[in-house]
Amino acid sequence: MDASTSSAWSALAYLIAGVLFILALRGLSSPATSRAGNRYGMIGMTLAVATTLVTHGIASLPEIAAALALGGGIGFVIARRIQMTDMPQLVAAFHSLVGLAAVLVGWAAYLNPGAFGILEGAEIASHSRVEMGLGIAIGAITFSGSIIAFLKLAGKMSGAAILLPGRHVLNLGTLALILGLVGCFTQDEALWVIAAITALSFMIGFLLIIPIGGADMPVVVSMLNSYSGWAAAAMGFTLHNTAMIVTGALVGSSGAILSYIMCKAMNRSFLSVIAGGFGADAAAGGGGAVREQRPWKRGSAEDAAYIMKEAENVIIIPGYGMAVSQAQHVLREMADQLKAHGVNVKYAIHPVAGRMPGHMNVLLAEANVPYDEVFELEDIQGEFAQADVAFIIGANDVVNPAAKTDKSSPIFGMPVFDVDKAKTIFFVKRSMGGVGYAGVDNDVFYMDQTMMLLADAKKMVEEIVKALAH
Amino acid sequence: MDFVSILSIFVLACFVGYYVVWSVTPALHTPLMAVTNAISSVIVVGALIASAAQGSAVSKWLGLGAVVLASVNIFGGFAVTARMLAMYKKKEKK
Repeated sequence: MDASTSSAWSALAYLIAGVLFILALRGLSSPATSRAGNRYGMIGMTLAVATTLVTHGIASLPEIAAALALGGGIGFVIARRIQMTDMPQLVAAFHSLVGLAAVLVGWAAYLNPGAFGILEGAEIASHSRVEMGLGIAIGAITFSGSIIAFLKLAGKMSGAAILLPGRHVLNLGTLALILGLVGCFTQDEALWVIAAITALSFMIGFLLIIPIGGADMPVVVSMLNSYSGWAAAAMGFTLHNTAMIVTGALVGSSGAILSYIMCKAMNRSFLSVIAGGFGADAAAGGGGAVREQRPWKRGSAEDAAYIMKEAENVIIIPGYGMAVSQAQHVLREMADQLKAHGVNVKYAIHPVAGRMPGHMNVLLAEANVPYDEVFELEDIQGEFAQADVAFIIGANDVVNPAAKTDKSSPIFGMPVFDVDKAKTIFFVKRSMGGVGYAGVDNDVFYMDQTMMLLADAKKMVEEIVKALAH
Repeated sequence: MDFVSILSIFVLACFVGYYVVWSVTPALHTPLMAVTNAISSVIVVGALIASAAQGSAVSKWLGLGAVVLASVNIFGGFAVTARMLAMYKKKEKK
C-alpha cells in the first residue's frame, strides 16, 4: 500500500472511531441502552489505538505494549476496587491524568516535530504552535486543577474555600500572561517560552480551584471534564486527527453542559462559582438574620417506623450526608420493608445532591434501588402534596424554603423540594447545631409537621428498620 | 487536511456533542463523566506516535509516559463505567 492510500484508510478509521464515541454518549440516554453505548466506546478506542499502531508504531512495539499493559493494569485494578461513594474523587484523579498526558504529548511534539508532521521547512508551522501552546496550557490547568479537586473531594485537604488576597487580579493577570506567551510562541519557538507556558498553567490551575468550596465541586469536576476535552481537541488539531477532534468536542461540550445544569440547579452564575468563596464563612450566611432559638420536635426511630408504616406515600430525599455515612444499603432495606407494608416509596434527587452530577443515582443503584423508583426534581415536585411522609436524609439546602421566600438568603432562587406540603416530615440529621453548606438556617426544622431524627444517618435508619420488623 | 476542514469537523462535532449530551438522562450523569473521561484519553494516539518515532529520545520517553497515563484512564474509565451501568436495574416484575 502506498503512503497516500494508507493515510486515507487511517483517516477513515479515525472517523469511524469518532462516530463510535458519539454512539457511546448517545447510549446514555437511557439505562437500557447504556451498556451497549459503553461497548461502542471501547470498540472506538480499540480502533483508534490499533490504527495508530498499524500506521506508526511497529518499530518499538515491546515498550509500547509494556506501557499499555502497565497503565491498563493500574486502571483496571482501580476501577475494580473503588467504592461508589468515592466516585467524585476518582473522576477528578482521572481528569488529572488526561491533563498530564496532554502536556506530555505537547512536549513530545515540540521536541520531535518531524514525527508529528508539523514542520514547515525547518521550523514548526505557526498554527501548530498555537494549537500546541493551547493544548499544553489547557492540559496543565486540567492537571493541577484536578489534583486540587481530588484532594478536596478525598478530604485530604480542607474543603473550605481558601481565599488569597487579590486573587482575581492575580488569576486574570496570569491567564493574560499565558495567552501572551502563546502569541510569543508563534514568533519564537524557543524552549523557555513553552516552559514558561507550562509552568504558569500548572500554577493557575492550582490558584483557580483553591478558592472554590467543597459543595461547589460538582461544577468544578464538570468544568475540568470539559477542559480535558478541549485539551484533547487542541492536540487533535496539531495531529490532524479526526477521532481526537470529535472526542474533544464531545467531551468539551459534555462538561460544559453539566456545569451549566449544576449552576442552574443552584441558581448561581458560572462566574460566581468560578470566582469562588461560597461557603467560606458560614457566619456570614443567612443575610445577617439573627438565629434565634425556636422550638422544634425530636422524633425517635419508633415514631418514624410507626408513622411510615401507616402511610400511603413516602418520598425519600437523600443528600450528601447519606453518602458520607454509607446509608444507602440500609435505606433500601427500609424501603423494602415499607413496600411490604403496602407503602408506595419514591426517591427524589436534586440535581446538586452529592459531590458530582448523578452521584446519588449511582449510590442508590449500587444499593439495588430500581431506577424507575428514582425521580428528578421536576418530575416529583407535584407529588409532595399527596405525600404522607417526606423522609429527608443527609440533605439540607435542597429542601430549604428560604430559597423560595427569602430574597436575602444566599440560596434564594435555587429550586428546592416542596417538602412543606407533605403531611409529616422526618429530618435525619446529626445534630441541630450544624447548618447546610450554604450556612443558612432551615425553616423546615421548626415546622409543626417536622420531627427531627438526630443521629448518624446509617444508625438511625438501622434503628427504623429494626422498629419496622416488630 | 487544511485548517478550515479540520475546524469544520470540530465545530460540527461541538453541535453533535451539544444535542447528544442534552439527551443523556440525569440519572446517568456520573457514568457520563466516567465515559467521557475514558474517551478523552484518545489522546493516547498522540502519545503512541511520539513513542514510536525515531529522532528524539526525550520525546520518546515523554510519549511512553503519556501512554501509561492515558491507558490508566482508558481501561479504568471504561471498566468503572461498565461497573456502574451494570448496577442500574429496573423494578422486577412480579
